[in-house]
Amino acid sequence: MLTVSHAGRRFPSGVEALRDVSLRLVASDFVALLGPSGCGKSTLLRLIAGLDQPDQGSVTWDGGSPAPGDIGYVFQDATLLPWATVEDNVFLPLRLRGLQRNAAMPAVRAVLERVGLQGFEKARPRTLSGGMRMRVSIARALVTQPRILLMDEPFAALDEFTRHRLQADLLAVWRQAGCTVVFVTHSIYEAAFLARRIVLMTPRPGRIDREIGSALTAGPDTRLDPAYAALVAEVSFGMADAVR
Amino acid sequence: MKFAPALFGLLALALWEAAVRFGGVPVYELPGPIAIVRAFLSDPAGLLEALGSTLFVTFAALAAAAVLSVAMAMGMSASKLAQAAIQPWAVALQVTPLPAIAPLIIIWVGDPFVALVVCATIVAFFPLFANTATGLASAPPELHDLFRLYGAGRWRTMALLRLPAALPYFLSGLRISGGLALVGAVVAELVAGSGGFASGLAYRILEASFRLQMPRMFAALVLLALAGIVLNFGLGAAGQAILRRRGLV
Repeated sequence: MLTVSHAGRRFPSGVEALRDVSLRLVASDFVALLGPSGCGKSTLLRLIAGLDQPDQGSVTWDGGSPAPGDIGYVFQDATLLPWATVEDNVFLPLRLRGLQRNAAMPAVRAVLERVGLQGFEKARPRTLSGGMRMRVSIARALVTQPRILLMDEPFAALDEFTRHRLQADLLAVWRQAGCTVVFVTHSIYEAAFLARRIVLMTPRPGRIDREIGSALTAGPDTRLDPAYAALVAEVSFGMADAVR
Repeated sequence: MKFAPALFGLLALALWEAAVRFGGVPVYELPGPIAIVRAFLSDPAGLLEALGSTLFVTFAALAAAAVLSVAMAMGMSASKLAQAAIQPWAVALQVTPLPAIAPLIIIWVGDPFVALVVCATIVAFFPLFANTATGLASAPPELHDLFRLYGAGRWRTMALLRLPAALPYFLSGLRISGGLALVGAVVAELVAGSGGFASGLAYRILEASFRLQMPRMFAALVLLALAGIVLNFGLGAAGQAILRRRGLV
């Protein structure tokens, strides 16, 4: 679906954020970009989104450049419009594509139901908990039915219980939506729980060290599953080896 | 506790009245509160009419400053070139004392009412402009990324992100500028003197001081102070009500 080929990015400050990064994304993939701070995970995500351009190498989409709405983006903060209701926040991407409110509402309602927010359509972001705000943010990213969903440490600021629930719900949403997810995280447990492919990145300059595949089908008991523990161990050893 | 400010005020007024009455202070130096109230009651229509005239100038100036500042802040946020061109002039306008330029404006602008409004607008402009400019740039970069991602152009981003984000900043600027517009209107009237509009409260103050009508002068001053307080609280309350309706507080 998308190929990142030998991409490099150096910022005007002189910091080399990425060097020679290659990554291929296929349909319905779930890729975790895992690594410590400063390894260029977020930069890579911005390159994929087209919000930033590589100095070297390229980012190419199969079948031409993406249309607005082909890419969904979820940031670490929910970054909702504080003056707009939940419903209007989710309506925003469709509104920017020129859709009328009435025409967009069925899609908005459907996606809100999918992330478990039915009944909160008229609420303001200020009145919601951090976890619920993140659900709104995910709904907003999904409402255009994107081909690829980019998530930049979306659950890093949430408490552990909320994080676990959102991780499970994200997997359910992903299986149903069938889009490709690229999920940036610095948590080995999170990467092991969610992803089919775990891409280990190392800092200074940011580059991909190796990739670990996962055959795990995460369910309610995954965290107790020896296979999950083995995967966490494998990723931990891999990470220790990579940063050495 | 709740009545403490009122009680303190009444006590101070009583002391003032007593000091004037028993201290032998002549009324042309410092009138007591009772004399001031009497001065007001002897010609309430005249003083209130003058207040109305000053407030008219104030609100006209506030409206003009609001429109100008939002337009210029929008222009500045849309283009770096406009920002570089506008910003130093806005600051220059802000640091130039009104009494120094008011005579020029009164000479240049033929109509005295318009001249007063221009003067008051200059004073009221800056806080509104600075606040609105800050507000237009206040949305987090992630939201700007999101708008770019969905292909929103400059105008949609302005209408759906920058302007709504600027509203709270604009409203707090409006509250500051409301008081300043009143000050500007009064200063301009004082500078213009009898050559000006000659109907506002400041002119009544000048007139009363020329005639040594100290109680009337004080009555006009008190009216002016009250108008300033009401204006400040009124704009503050209106701003809060708008923010509450928008779900921001």
